[in-house]
Amino acid sequence: MSARILTMSRAGREALDWEMERRDDIFCLGEDVYKFGGIFGTMDGFGAKYGPERVISTPISETGFIGMAAGAAMEGMHPVIDLAYIDFIGVCYNVLLNTASKTHYMSGGAVKVPMTLLIGTGGGYNNAAQHSQCLHATVAHIPGVKVVYPSNAYDAKGMLHTALRDDNFTIFLTHKATAGVGWMGTPIKTTLSEVPLEDYTVPFGKVKIYREGTDVTLIGLGMSVHECLKAADDLAKDGISAQVVDLRSLVPLDRDGIMAAVAQTGRLVVTDEDYLSYGVSGEILATIFERDPTILKKPPIRVAMPDIPIPFSRPMEQAVLPLAEKIAKQARKLMA
Amino acid sequence: MPLTPELRRSFFEQMTLSRAFDDQMIALYWEGKLPIFQFGAGPLPGELHCSNGAEPVGAGVCGALSADDMLTADHRPHHVAVCRGVDLDRMAAELLGKKTGLSQGKGGHMHIYDPSVNFASSAIIAEGMAPAAGMALARRLQKRPGVAVAFIGEGAANQGAFHETLNLVGVMKLPFIVVVQDNEWGVSTSKSESTAIERNSDRAASYGLAGEFVASNDPDDIYEATVRAVARARAGQGGTVLELKTARLAGHFMGDQQAYIPEQMKQADPIPLYRAKLLRDGVLTEAEADAIETASKARMEQAMQFAKDSPYPEPAEAFDHVFAGGSEASDKQEAGAAA
Repeated sequence: MSARILTMSRAGREALDWEMERRDDIFCLGEDVYKFGGIFGTMDGFGAKYGPERVISTPISETGFIGMAAGAAMEGMHPVIDLAYIDFIGVCYNVLLNTASKTHYMSGGAVKVPMTLLIGTGGGYNNAAQHSQCLHATVAHIPGVKVVYPSNAYDAKGMLHTALRDDNFTIFLTHKATAGVGWMGTPIKTTLSEVPLEDYTVPFGKVKIYREGTDVTLIGLGMSVHECLKAADDLAKDGISAQVVDLRSLVPLDRDGIMAAVAQTGRLVVTDEDYLSYGVSGEILATIFERDPTILKKPPIRVAMPDIPIPFSRPMEQAVLPLAEKIAKQARKLMA
Repeated sequence: MPLTPELRRSFFEQMTLSRAFDDQMIALYWEGKLPIFQFGAGPLPGELHCSNGAEPVGAGVCGALSADDMLTADHRPHHVAVCRGVDLDRMAAELLGKKTGLSQGKGGHMHIYDPSVNFASSAIIAEGMAPAAGMALARRLQKRPGVAVAFIGEGAANQGAFHETLNLVGVMKLPFIVVVQDNEWGVSTSKSESTAIERNSDRAASYGLAGEFVASNDPDDIYEATVRAVARARAGQGGTVLELKTARLAGHFMGDQQAYIPEQMKQADPIPLYRAKLLRDGVLTEAEADAIETASKARMEQAMQFAKDSPYPEPAEAFDHVFAGGSEASDKQEAGAAA
């Protein structure tokens, strides 16, 4: 069958639409989903197509409606919730931390909580400290929740199919700059993919080698994957062959895939738009040091958001983001 | 169903069974915890929040519900679970952390789940509210009957989850009842210290819901108020805040000396009161009432024996059930933990 070039937003929408057409257990819940179609347009047009019973716009009560989603999931439904920005998890954190993630375990497997929470992450567009965070490590730290983070349209569709067919609670993250929605300007080229018309799944817990390379490994997730790709282009001008690895999934985390990739080059720059300390970049380094630090030829380098609230003003924000220039500079250091 | 003598007799049976559950658990709780008290010691470890005094709530509310209906309880769930018909043996085994427990030892007394009778719980204050409303929503989408009932304490009515959920229930006109068990105390904080108005049932008006208050801690009155709330829910007339004055006779948890409770606020035990009432009304004779109490104790002794005789889970089972369909996140760590 034919494939088209799609944005992540349109690709994700296609997966959700496909599943909703065929399954009665899926319904959408969130602020402004009925008329507005969700913050990334994942539910665009669903209000008209599926009606207000299955596409439910809620009051601004995340503790209430996400808690309700967990209850509906326990009763055999698979709710899909649009939470817009991850900065808002503070107002529903208990549901994530104690209810949706732990009920299956605390019930000894007697009660399943299949639900998918769509959340936008990240900054780079001057929205300041309460609307620019990534916080993926904050949710990935909670046992009992799967956390996935596609960075391109093909993975967005396939991983959303996977999430919707999973019996667990999945937090499905999309960096705002990668989604390809109107209010974030021209879509980033590397987020676009050829997307098959038919349904398909992309498994959780497998890294994606975005670009092969032999000198240095650049690991990213979400938007930082695309900064790594830009950095790799730049490094190629100096004859440095950079491998780019997209984590795609934080829980489960493909520790074998990370080891295999890093072993190919022996030089590592880990990038992360989430805060530096106690986060994903540290987890990756810990994995390598626990398993086999001898695969590294040089001490690894982390390029992550410093432990500061994200500043509003352009020169300050641009200076702290893990952008290509910074990544390339660190990679060159490893090659020196 | 009218308030028949048979029904009232069953309330007494359930109240005494719930009391037997708690009394025998309390007796076991102190094993290994004297003279030095430590939550984690003994055959019944952890915090233990007993329902002594709240039995009329379990009996009266559950008596008015049908098998379709869905319940969420809180950190003090025993009376609701016993009166709902949660498997007594497996619940007792769960409290003791045994493999035969409802959750195979992964939940303990604050996390009682029994899907066979639509029973779930959350030990985070007021966080059973929204899941219960979601269960009601699920049934609506599935075109299946069922009223959702969330059991909370009066202290939980000051949580955001309480208010967010009630507003959603009002907006969506869901078949939902919140049972606010007003036992006067949130740990050591009295209702008058924590709550700006006298009755949480009055708060129902803010959300377009019905509010009822029952002051007696008597299962007959609780039953009749619940029947009205259930009828409203089934008729599509929306939710109810059902506030029930009740008692907390065994403290917030075991080990709570309750020195903060003044003499004039000491609460009455509802079981002897209900027994006397049934004798007065000719529903039971002394001998019949004695026989029910004896049978309840014997049934609980049997459950306790089952629990004590059951094996503990293997340590490695800690890694099961993190996810449905396998523990993908923890498999590597399992190897590490075993090393």
